[in-house]
Amino acid sequence: MSPIPSAAAAARIRPAATAPELLRNFCIIAHIDHGKSTLADRMLQLTGVVEARAMRAQYLDRMDIERERGITIKSQAVRMPWQVGDTAYALNMIDTPGHVDFTYEVSRSLAACEGAVLLVDAAQGIEAQTLANLYLALENDLAIIPVLNKIDLPAAQPEKYAEEIAGLVGGDPGDVMKVSGKTGEGVEALLDRIVGTIPAPVGAADAPARAMIFDSVYDTYRGVVTYVRVVDGNLNPRERIAMMSTKATHELLEIGVISPEPVPTKGLGVGEVGYLITGVKDVRQSKVGDTVTNAAKPAAEALGGYSDPKPMVFSGLYPIDGSDYPALRDALDKLKLNDAALNYEPETSVALGFGFRVGFLGLLHLEIIRERLEREFDLDLISTAPNVVYDVVMEDRTEVHVTNPSEFPGGKIREVREPVVKATILAPSEFVGAIMELSQSKRGDLLGMDYLSEDRVEMRYTLPLAEIVFDFFDQLKSRTRGYASLDYEPSGEQVADLVKVDILLQGEQVDAFSAIVHKDKAYAYGVMMTAKLKELIPRQQFEVPIQAAVGSRVIARETIRAIRKDVLAKCYGGDITRKRKLLEKQKEGKKRMKTIGRVDVPQEAFIAALSSDSAAPKDAKKK
Amino acid sequence: MSPALPDGDAAPDDGALPSSVLEGADARAFGVYLHVPFCTVRCGYCDFNTYTATELGGGASQASYAATAMREVALSARVLRDAGLPERRVSTVFVGGGTPTVLPADDLVGMLRAVDDAWGLADDAEVTTEANPDSVTPRSLAALAAGGFTRVSFGMQSAVPHVLRTLERTHDPARIPDVVRWARDAGLDVSLDLIYGTPGESLDDWRVSLESALATGVDHVSAYALVVEQGTRMAVQVRRGELTLPDSDDQAAKYELADDLLTAAGLGWYEVSNWARGAEHACRHNLAYWRDDDWWGVGPGAHSHVGGVRWWNVKHPRAYAARLDAGLSPAAGREVVDEEAAALERLMLHVRLAEGMPLDELADDERGRVAGLVADGLVDGRTLLTARRLVLTRRGRLLADLVVRTLAGFGA
Repeated sequence: MSPIPSAAAAARIRPAATAPELLRNFCIIAHIDHGKSTLADRMLQLTGVVEARAMRAQYLDRMDIERERGITIKSQAVRMPWQVGDTAYALNMIDTPGHVDFTYEVSRSLAACEGAVLLVDAAQGIEAQTLANLYLALENDLAIIPVLNKIDLPAAQPEKYAEEIAGLVGGDPGDVMKVSGKTGEGVEALLDRIVGTIPAPVGAADAPARAMIFDSVYDTYRGVVTYVRVVDGNLNPRERIAMMSTKATHELLEIGVISPEPVPTKGLGVGEVGYLITGVKDVRQSKVGDTVTNAAKPAAEALGGYSDPKPMVFSGLYPIDGSDYPALRDALDKLKLNDAALNYEPETSVALGFGFRVGFLGLLHLEIIRERLEREFDLDLISTAPNVVYDVVMEDRTEVHVTNPSEFPGGKIREVREPVVKATILAPSEFVGAIMELSQSKRGDLLGMDYLSEDRVEMRYTLPLAEIVFDFFDQLKSRTRGYASLDYEPSGEQVADLVKVDILLQGEQVDAFSAIVHKDKAYAYGVMMTAKLKELIPRQQFEVPIQAAVGSRVIARETIRAIRKDVLAKCYGGDITRKRKLLEKQKEGKKRMKTIGRVDVPQEAFIAALSSDSAAPKDAKKK
Repeated sequence: MSPALPDGDAAPDDGALPSSVLEGADARAFGVYLHVPFCTVRCGYCDFNTYTATELGGGASQASYAATAMREVALSARVLRDAGLPERRVSTVFVGGGTPTVLPADDLVGMLRAVDDAWGLADDAEVTTEANPDSVTPRSLAALAAGGFTRVSFGMQSAVPHVLRTLERTHDPARIPDVVRWARDAGLDVSLDLIYGTPGESLDDWRVSLESALATGVDHVSAYALVVEQGTRMAVQVRRGELTLPDSDDQAAKYELADDLLTAAGLGWYEVSNWARGAEHACRHNLAYWRDDDWWGVGPGAHSHVGGVRWWNVKHPRAYAARLDAGLSPAAGREVVDEEAAALERLMLHVRLAEGMPLDELADDERGRVAGLVADGLVDGRTLLTARRLVLTRRGRLLADLVVRTLAGFGA
């Protein structure tokens, strides 16, 4: 018998009319490029939701950037029919973002499920981010189905990694399933196992409706599309719904399921997963984690776990061509419609002109936004080195919240607090020494260390977020030849001995290069930045000192010698037109010049200085 | 003459000029440049439009070149007359290359005759030819003088053998005093061209070259910093690391040394790279370029300027000959310079001159930037006050391009 349900069997799993015991809600927890999207594609095909010929790789990842990078930023949910024995089931696969920046969204996606497929590359073993998400799933009491993927690869070591996984989730290594998303091997068995192992949702059908928003996406034509998991009661077309955090009410214009395109339904019942359209235009009106209820018959209590996204990393974004400022503002306004975590304030920089200080969830979030601004809105941007938020307490007990290093206050400071994270590092055990050395140099405190298997170790640290944002991950990768993986979560703040280093060009502060660093690192930063600027700034007709200073104390200094010769030796009849055209071109170049005091600095110099190896935003995509 | 032709508009096949060229024509001097696109060898640093083969095919050869060029002279006379320009006698002629003296003196004189026939040479016309010290004899110089030439400019470049070798110059430096004497005996005014900043040249090497040039008693010296242009053999050697270019500070020091020694010997600067013993020995033909006068450039790749119209000929001698054979103008492209561009050209050309830029010709915003340049020691404050002319100080000459950009508001 085909596992794709017949018409008669399918009648029992129609949306809005499916008994909860016939539903299975699951997600796939996997590291980037461990093959989650390929496995999802195979499931869509095997369940008949997508015909083989309509299949395009990574069907569910809609945005170009996602497709190119092979990562999923926005989760979606697909309803798939699957028959086991005589019974047809409706499987809802909820796609989760796989990156540390989106931990909150991951947690909401997990909360919408009863079970999770833990997908691990059979050639690489589990990675730190997967481990962190696994812990999240275990905390949510999800049933876990451990699966090794890519068993068709020659480098696969399924026995070794099955043991490692069994050690983490409990159970026998023999229970770890082995599949290949690429060839389809083992995927049918996995679908059967999902039906068999993952509990059916349980909810009160008669209670006032409560549905949790686990994602909301802005669509140009439809407005905001909200993805929900119904916990209690049901939602029906044309009724008024209320958002419990904001009390805002909206009319339900459309309700349905995704399979894999949106299909309107007669509603959604207990345990079901689907989408809502209300006509709102901004995802802030439909926040992830919020509870949707019936406006006329509201639930008394919201579902737990809701919180507002809080930016952790800030960077100044500036258009290279100052006249693009309004275009940048419009582009940010548009992206904001689809990104509740994105926030920004106008900002002015002496060096870079008009721009925005933008708050992000993390470095990947920063890079994605930047790339979308450049690609989808055709903007050329400079971004300042990312920084974290500091709380500065002055002697008189007033507090200053610093999101831009150049705004770090002068005067008498009692203490400075910086955010810290709990970091988990997984690596082959031969690198323990190197990781300890690195973490110590980055002001890390070792919290604990466990062996996952004979040759793999998990190390847990408290680290300042600023160090992670600076270059910790790059350093970790280079010192472990790319084998280590890293995950972290916010863990409050700590008092630290931090100072602001300013960079001065001919005595004028260049705001874009101010940095808040630990006292012991101030000198190194000053030496590095002054040397770099000396290389990048062209010689002027006068000598230009470049200084790094903490307060009024100069800690490093370089000098750009005055240029002595800038004249074309020959300018005869045949040279005139060429020479004039060159001058006209330099006039255009002047538009890309910033003047600090009397010093003309080409924009390229700022860009190069800001996008140096040590200061550039890097993220986990470069494994 | 640099080989890369600028981008411009299409030039009309008959070479016709717009009526805008008539404005102020009476006040402009008229000169003729004759290009000779041949050398016996090509030097490693040279990017000029020149060829070493004697036979280039398609009717273009060294032997027939003078006759071809004379056809452009005839065409030029027709075009200028048709434009309605006043009859102006030719005040200066300059034969450049290439190496003009690879052609027999008779050919050079023949071309000069053609110019005289077409336009008439002014009585006091300055007629210069460039020459390689290798390719002249007392007899050929005498023939040139007899044929109407008044001035010769020798490509001496350096007096130091290893520097000449790096430049791939083949002449014997010991010949320089002789050729200068021969030229002066023939009644010709003499200039020497020097190059500084060649890879491997020390400051003392440069001093030797300057002193050797001055020892000949010449009345005019041009000194050019070596520029390694893309596409030359030397550019390849530099890229491969076989040669190391001196930095601009070294070139600045050599410029200052040149200015010191030449000035001390009685040769004053009249343009950034040119020194002469009094105004009567300055090159009037070159001054016409910087003063924005009219000139017709004859020959492949030659540039012309008449009343705000600049044009340039096709580059290859064969294409050049073919155009003229077909009765067409050899112009490859042209540009009618608009008012804004013309102002920028005047600025960039005039500031190179010791006579300077009349302050009144600057726009208001440009004038506002002059004080800063005086304060920085780039513009001479005294001439500004006494003559209302913007004249560069020596530091300013070394930074002349920066001064132009600053004045024009393009940044430093």
